[in-house]
Amino acid sequence: MFRSQGRESSSGPRLPGKWLTISLFLAPALVVYLVFVIIPIIQAAHFSLYKWNGLGPLEDFIGLANYQVALASEVFWQAVGNNVLVIVLSLLLQIPFSLGLAILLNRRFPGRAIFRLLFFVPYVLSEAITGIVFSLLLQPDALVDSGLKGIGLEGLIQDWLGNTDIVMLTLFVIISWKYFGFHMILLLAGLQGIPREIEEAALIDGAGRRQAFRYVTLPLIGPTLRVSVFLSVIGALQLFDLVWVMTGGGPLTATTTMAVNMFKSGFEEQQMGYGSALAVLLFLCALVVALLYQRFVLRRDIDGAVTAYNG
Amino acid sequence: MSNPRRTLGLLGVLALTISACSSGGSASSAPASAAPSAAPSAAASAPASAAAEPVTIDWWHIATGDPGKADFAAIAKAYEAAHPNVKIKITVTENEAFKTKLSATPADAYPDLFQSWGGGTMAAQADAGLLQDITAAVAPWKDTVNAGAMSIYQYKGVQYGIPWDMGMIGFWYNKDLFTKAGITSPPKTWDEYLAALPKLKAAGVAPLAIAGKDKWPSMHLWSYLLLRNGGGDALSQMIQTGDWNTDACTKAGQAVLALNALDPYQKGYASADYNSEAASVGNGKAAMELMGQWAPSVQKDQSIGKKGLGDKLGWFAFPTVTGGAGAATDGIGGGNGIAVSKNAPPEAIDFLQFFMSKENQNKLNTDGVGLSTTVGTETTVTDPNLQQVLAGRGAATFMQLYLDQATSGPLAAAFNDATVALFLGKSTPEKACQALTDAAKK
Repeated sequence: MFRSQGRESSSGPRLPGKWLTISLFLAPALVVYLVFVIIPIIQAAHFSLYKWNGLGPLEDFIGLANYQVALASEVFWQAVGNNVLVIVLSLLLQIPFSLGLAILLNRRFPGRAIFRLLFFVPYVLSEAITGIVFSLLLQPDALVDSGLKGIGLEGLIQDWLGNTDIVMLTLFVIISWKYFGFHMILLLAGLQGIPREIEEAALIDGAGRRQAFRYVTLPLIGPTLRVSVFLSVIGALQLFDLVWVMTGGGPLTATTTMAVNMFKSGFEEQQMGYGSALAVLLFLCALVVALLYQRFVLRRDIDGAVTAYNG
Repeated sequence: MSNPRRTLGLLGVLALTISACSSGGSASSAPASAAPSAAPSAAASAPASAAAEPVTIDWWHIATGDPGKADFAAIAKAYEAAHPNVKIKITVTENEAFKTKLSATPADAYPDLFQSWGGGTMAAQADAGLLQDITAAVAPWKDTVNAGAMSIYQYKGVQYGIPWDMGMIGFWYNKDLFTKAGITSPPKTWDEYLAALPKLKAAGVAPLAIAGKDKWPSMHLWSYLLLRNGGGDALSQMIQTGDWNTDACTKAGQAVLALNALDPYQKGYASADYNSEAASVGNGKAAMELMGQWAPSVQKDQSIGKKGLGDKLGWFAFPTVTGGAGAATDGIGGGNGIAVSKNAPPEAIDFLQFFMSKENQNKLNTDGVGLSTTVGTETTVTDPNLQQVLAGRGAATFMQLYLDQATSGPLAAAFNDATVALFLGKSTPEKACQALTDAAKK
């Protein structure tokens, strides 16, 4: 870090016009960022201190009462639990599954490109379309149920979206279906960045396939894996579209996520102040996770990149 | 980068891209941004509405499908033809999207005329100073509109909007399936109703369709049970005081649990939305649903081949509850109307009078867009089922606006949430009543 900064400052005075160029290039992005990210966050924080139904002026200042209500509410913690469930399941099942597929598809075999394409297709669909399609497939006696019946697994048929005990798992399967292809492509790119000689060298040195994977491949795709995990966690924290389309957070509050809770409170119950407080809490969760992750997990990747740049 | 000319060129490209992006952005949000921009001009010309001063009326409605959409456009066009200085700008938005869009609209950008259901949401808008007191403006012609329906668009004695559609909720049933189950006449009492359900089940159909995802269809069922048990006065009392820990509320909850015990609902009811509820009735898989005057058209729209039940569809009023204080003629109903915003020009109210004329309202009746509230248009309702709904509306001894419309905010949402929990067997009558009492305090 130091060295690169030193180099820039030494070249700074040479070109005064450079700063003009930089600020001109930076200004549009900065304006957009201010107007659509920073200012709304400040506004939400402001609204969250009022009891406000979204109509009329902000008058009823209630301090942090909205936050107290949120932290004491059962639904809020259920929503947090649902988000955490998706995060944990994603890390335990979705990412390893994607990694396995990426390793398979990194080998040479006929039709490889077709498989890569097929697995990536779900990611291209919007969440709303995915939600509607799966809602239709999961209707009672629709394709999923009749498919299970067809192969003699009638006993497994469930009220997929109606049973409060399993509906969250149903949603997780659909989320995984939609996003495994994305993580697979990311990891595949990571795998292809590993020089074949290194793995070959390991094999020649007598490492088994498992050892080669554990001690050579895995550390080398570490940076990609860490980014993949990061995107997965942040995506799970923000989970909204798919849930809203498929269940609306229900039945009852079974699939309510933090974002769904925020939307329902703000727009359905017309408690804009309370909804804003929930939005701020969600923002803080995401921010803390992102900062901690950057600080402790992604740090060596970023440092490594800078060192490599200088070297 | 060191070449200044290239830098300039790049900047030029960048500028072009930005302007392209920004124009694209404003184009996609045209309905939203264009509508407000017209409002100030309309407002500005309002005071000086002498002769041919051009006026634009902004009108947001939710009739996304024909014939409603076409009828509204035709009425607006006819008014424009008679008043060359007036231009009516229509923005059509889907029901749920409309609510979100309106709640995100700043006060000074409100459309002159917009869809309203009256009741609690309208009252909240009035409290926020978004609506116009039109009491005096409509006084000359207010008697041409059904008085009960007009009262739904009043708040603290002030008229803020005009109803053009008003109906009553009742059971829509499949006559063939009832006959097949050996039920000769629609049940008159709740006991008869409960006795009919196992017969329908034995005939191989789901007796009753509800929608656990959308919640409000079953909320209406609970509301009726409350109304039949407690009567209109008690219900009004509960709404006013916000105290729902009452005998009638508990009894309604108990009746729901008794209904659940018969397992009368269609497969997948817990996650069904209203459209799929309508489809199961329209396709003959469920024998009935409790719904408003729009039920036949939605059943038709959602059924296979868009046929609906046709002649097989019948209607009956909600049965009476033995020992309950409510009368058989007490109803729960509501419909559509148009609210007038604060800055709307006088021409907007004049247009409303034209909109409510017999000629226009007869057209809406014959097209099945709504059940008109204009006095003297009853004869143009020809569908026998809708005639029954109209008769129910006309004979009503007490009419309660849908509870989730009569109230607003947390309580309106709680009606749906607390009652659907009962229907899904995840709550108790006492818990539901307490949840409503808590929500009323928020």
